Amino acid sequence: MQTLLNTLYVTTPLSYLHLDNDTVRIEVERETKLRVPLHHLGGIVVFGNVLVSPALMHRLADNGQSLVLLDGNGRFKARLEGPVSGNILLRRAQHEKANDAAFTLEVARACIAGKLRNSRQVLLRGAREAKDAADASVLSRGADDLAAALRALPGAADLDVVRGVEGEAARQYFGCINFIVRTDVREDFSLDGRTRRPPRDRMNALLSFLYAMLMNDCRSALESVGLDPQLGFLHAVRPGRAALALDLMEEFRHQADRLALTLVNRGQVQAGDFTLHEGGGVTLAEQGRKTVVVAWQERKQETLSHPLLEQPVALGLLPQLQARFLARTLRGDMESYLPFLLR
Amino acid sequence: MLSSMTWNADDAIPLSALNHWTYCPRRCCLIHLEGEFTNNIHTARGVAEHDRVDVIHPETVSGRKIETALPVWCERLGLVGKCDVVEFLVDGTPYPVEYKHGARKKWVNDDIQLAAQALCLEEMTGKAVPLGAIYHATSRRRREVAITLELRQAVETCVVEVRTALSAPTLPPPVNDQRCKECSLIDLCQPAPLAGQGKRRRLVAHLFEPEFEPGN
Repeated sequence: MQTLLNTLYVTTPLSYLHLDNDTVRIEVERETKLRVPLHHLGGIVVFGNVLVSPALMHRLADNGQSLVLLDGNGRFKARLEGPVSGNILLRRAQHEKANDAAFTLEVARACIAGKLRNSRQVLLRGAREAKDAADASVLSRGADDLAAALRALPGAADLDVVRGVEGEAARQYFGCINFIVRTDVREDFSLDGRTRRPPRDRMNALLSFLYAMLMNDCRSALESVGLDPQLGFLHAVRPGRAALALDLMEEFRHQADRLALTLVNRGQVQAGDFTLHEGGGVTLAEQGRKTVVVAWQERKQETLSHPLLEQPVALGLLPQLQARFLARTLRGDMESYLPFLLR
Repeated sequence: MLSSMTWNADDAIPLSALNHWTYCPRRCCLIHLEGEFTNNIHTARGVAEHDRVDVIHPETVSGRKIETALPVWCERLGLVGKCDVVEFLVDGTPYPVEYKHGARKKWVNDDIQLAAQALCLEEMTGKAVPLGAIYHATSRRRREVAITLELRQAVETCVVEVRTALSAPTLPPPVNDQRCKECSLIDLCQPAPLAGQGKRRRLVAHLFEPEFEPGN
């Protein structure tokens, strides 16, 4: 398996990234803060108001290293693309298969099955580690609900039913993950269902930020294997929406959820790391974003075993690998798509 | 039969594709059909070796005229490509020399590529090309190759196979053997999970059963 190179995340506003021989030099207020050799990097991700020199952009394009621009909240803005245009035969297959109702339904079911099974592991683990019997029983019941939803999937006759099963399961899931949060910070991080645009509590703000990072990784993975991230199977096509990236993301959401819970339970992210806005919106503040970005980057280096490969794979490479399997399924090399399944 | 095959300039098969095909049909199609390419240590050495051809090759060898990076083609078979080096003997007979980075070792894919070059040169110059050579950079040795009838027929068969494969909608299956370990395209080819579809089928069959462990 290919090795996972580091991603350089730059969150400090008004940083200036220069190409200095074969290194990236990061300047803040004309003072050099960091130098990173380019060959250590798979790509660079910058948040908000960060400057990048044209010389560095050219070098990244030459090397096939990605440069991704996100806004301050981690939402995708743009990506610098080199001359590789991807495989037209693959994109054509993707468009043809998107019109094939049976195929579309099968992939949609697989995406949600991956999500339900992996989310269920989050609840089961929470139940195992719970100190309080009442918490454990809420979490076990939540896991049972997800199991029932999973069993209902094969009977889902069309996409709307699949989406309905998924929506109900998500409601049950978000209704109980709060019981995995340490009791002394449970109130600060209580969540009342999933809220977004804007998130209305700290946990939702943290999840939204992590989902944005994950989304960006899934989108980059799809683009790098030559798939069109806008044409999805489960998620409907809508202008400006990376529907396929959302599809691919489903089987990995548990990674973001787990990391959010770990950060909160270990006290690495605290109540003071958030900005509570007038009117009820909540966002992750500068220092909190930094903590999360570093933790995400470290988490991606961890390895685990993939059900189809008999070798450890870095967590950060899983979207790439699954995007490749999806491409192989679309091209007819693989008979059906298997989502990544946590053991 | 072959000469009646229709093809146009866009469909011409690169000589390197014959080499790739003989090594692994799937690798050939990934490169020439899907437009995928990834470098590894072997391909990087190969590229570096070709860059050095002009430098390391003596300008003339006992009165032979030397051409490097010579464009060649064959109308009859629909082939295009470049020869690393062609030495023209005093009587004008072309003598192609293909540079390879390994030590001196016989690879049938290299011989096929060389024979295809010979067929191109014969058509272009009207002279018979009975001999060529593979120069192995690591051992700095030449291995002379006779362009035999068998080798010529192997090229013709290979051309038909490659042309058929490159117009097919799907890729040949992965070989999944020792070749894959050395192949730069292993990550995008994914030979092991594709060759062992049984495991995937079993997992897919139990996808909607919550208690089924993927590790089993």
